Amino acid sequence: MAKSSKKIDLNRRKFLLTATSLTGAVGVSAMGVPFVSSMLPSEKAKAAGAAVEFKVNAVNSGEIKTTEWRGQPVWILNRSDDMLKTLDKNDSNLADPNLKVTSQQPSYCQNETRSIKSNVLVVVGICTHLGCSPSPKLAAKGDMGSEWEGGFFCPCHGSKFDLSGRVFKGSAAPTNLVVPPHKYVDNDTIIIGEDQEEKV
Amino acid sequence: MAKIENNKSGGLLGWVDERFPLSSFIKNHLTEYYAPKNFNFWYFFGALALFVFVMQILTGIFLTMHYKPDAEEAFASVEYIMRDVSFGWLIRYMHSTGSSLFFVVIYLHMFRSLMYGSYKKPRELLWLFGVLIFLLLMAEAFFGYLLPWGQMSYWGAQVIVNLFATIPFIGPDLAEWVRGDYLVSDATLNRFFAFHVIALPLALAGLIFGHLIALHEVGSNNPDGVDIKQVKDKKTGIPLDAIPFHPYYTVKDLIGLTVFLIVFTSIIFFAPEMGGYFLEHNNFVPANPLVTPDHIAPVWYFTPFYSILRAVPPIMGSQFPGVAAMGLSVMILFLVPWLDKSPVRSIRYKGKLFKKWLTAFVVSFLVLGYLGTEPSYVWGQFSSALPIIGGGDIATFAARIFTIIYFLFFILMPIYSKKDVTKKVPNRVTMP
Repeated sequence: MAKSSKKIDLNRRKFLLTATSLTGAVGVSAMGVPFVSSMLPSEKAKAAGAAVEFKVNAVNSGEIKTTEWRGQPVWILNRSDDMLKTLDKNDSNLADPNLKVTSQQPSYCQNETRSIKSNVLVVVGICTHLGCSPSPKLAAKGDMGSEWEGGFFCPCHGSKFDLSGRVFKGSAAPTNLVVPPHKYVDNDTIIIGEDQEEKV
Repeated sequence: MAKIENNKSGGLLGWVDERFPLSSFIKNHLTEYYAPKNFNFWYFFGALALFVFVMQILTGIFLTMHYKPDAEEAFASVEYIMRDVSFGWLIRYMHSTGSSLFFVVIYLHMFRSLMYGSYKKPRELLWLFGVLIFLLLMAEAFFGYLLPWGQMSYWGAQVIVNLFATIPFIGPDLAEWVRGDYLVSDATLNRFFAFHVIALPLALAGLIFGHLIALHEVGSNNPDGVDIKQVKDKKTGIPLDAIPFHPYYTVKDLIGLTVFLIVFTSIIFFAPEMGGYFLEHNNFVPANPLVTPDHIAPVWYFTPFYSILRAVPPIMGSQFPGVAAMGLSVMILFLVPWLDKSPVRSIRYKGKLFKKWLTAFVVSFLVLGYLGTEPSYVWGQFSSALPIIGGGDIATFAARIFTIIYFLFFILMPIYSKKDVTKKVPNRVTMP
């Protein structure tokens, strides 16, 4: 004890101090991981946000039904042949008729009808502006004016969408409605929330 | 301030003083804390802010005794407090009115500092503590607003949390982490409750303590911006223009408090909703994730910043520039001590340039605040025949102009505060 205290090795002290502080800092940061992770969606929330099943044959031609996925309304619209014919007519009035913003639909719905089966549109019923839920105005004309070919109208800020959920020019909404990931497990059943492997 | 030695007194106080600096604390911070003698109306608001803070803590404690932070029960438990809990309505209205008046008092307190240059050397840190307190206070109010779980609580939180989602790259994951779910849900309500009742109040208490310590270290500024420590009594070393905080300013603040309480209680008893500005009408409808209210507006104290958010158009399909502008509009306050190059502190000795800019800033802040409470079509639309701006919302255009003025007040401050013709500051404070 007396011998070693004669000369203090300052470098050794500095090294030990730095090493201990760094190790301590690593430990403290590692301790942060459980706390930060605890705020992520829990297993229960993940399970509730899991895929939902829906019977497509329950929707008659020309009708719309709403189901819920991750707490959001998802519309299943069975478009009649007349409805499908209206899709081309609006192109010049749409903000993004050719689906340039690819994040709004999965790759297997990157087509003219924005769907896997051409008649069945699956779309999240949440306006891309500020998250309101638009109202279906499927019939042509009516209270939407003589130009209206059928589509969706958001009451909050007047955004308009066609029967493929594509947004009209001049709407507050910047992008088309979102087509959620979905797949057919058989001819009549879709699972919303899981991706299709290849096009049917 | 020099430390004052404990008096050697006998009895219980003497016994305590030998073990704890009680007498010296009271002297250092009250009976022998010397403040300038020329404080005016604008100097009430610091003490009032402290009062409201304590009141929010107290009423908050009693509200948590009955409130249930559960998406299924939250809305009903607030109605239970309002209808069934004895005096529950009073405690809740004290808390909800208190939050709005907290911002009234804080905005006036901040305006005072801008007017009299209370952020200038040596009070930079005091100002930084203050801006931090303001930031946390906004977070505290935002978290608290979700708790009643009404439509406005829900969709307001939805919109604000979605602001994080616009941050490039990490945004969507960050928003999910903040919510703890894919949408604003029970998990979100629970954590906002935790932030609102313990995390932020604790941090606020710490920062307020720091704010007061910093204040008592450098001493209070005054409406003249005169450094009172330059002229001291030769015998006592006490500034000639100073009076002890207690009893002089404690008594003065009590008068201020009385007037404040008259206003406060009038609101609680006669207009607790303040026409939808303090408690929004849509918040009397329980939260419904599937239906959005027609018009979403934040509570009035956020609206100037919300207006700035809305005024910035999306760039390249991203809302992020607006979010960044809103963030900057608050963050820029941190820089004020270094932006002001004026040789004098107080507006009384600053020139016309500063007065014009400060007026323009206050007008911008108020107009932006008003526009934020209204939908963007409130002032109608320009005729589409007009060149360049033809056809757009008039209110959006106005909000853009005032947003620019808001920022120019800060950005040009180094230039106009230097160019400004200032008057000579006297040695001693002036009394009316």
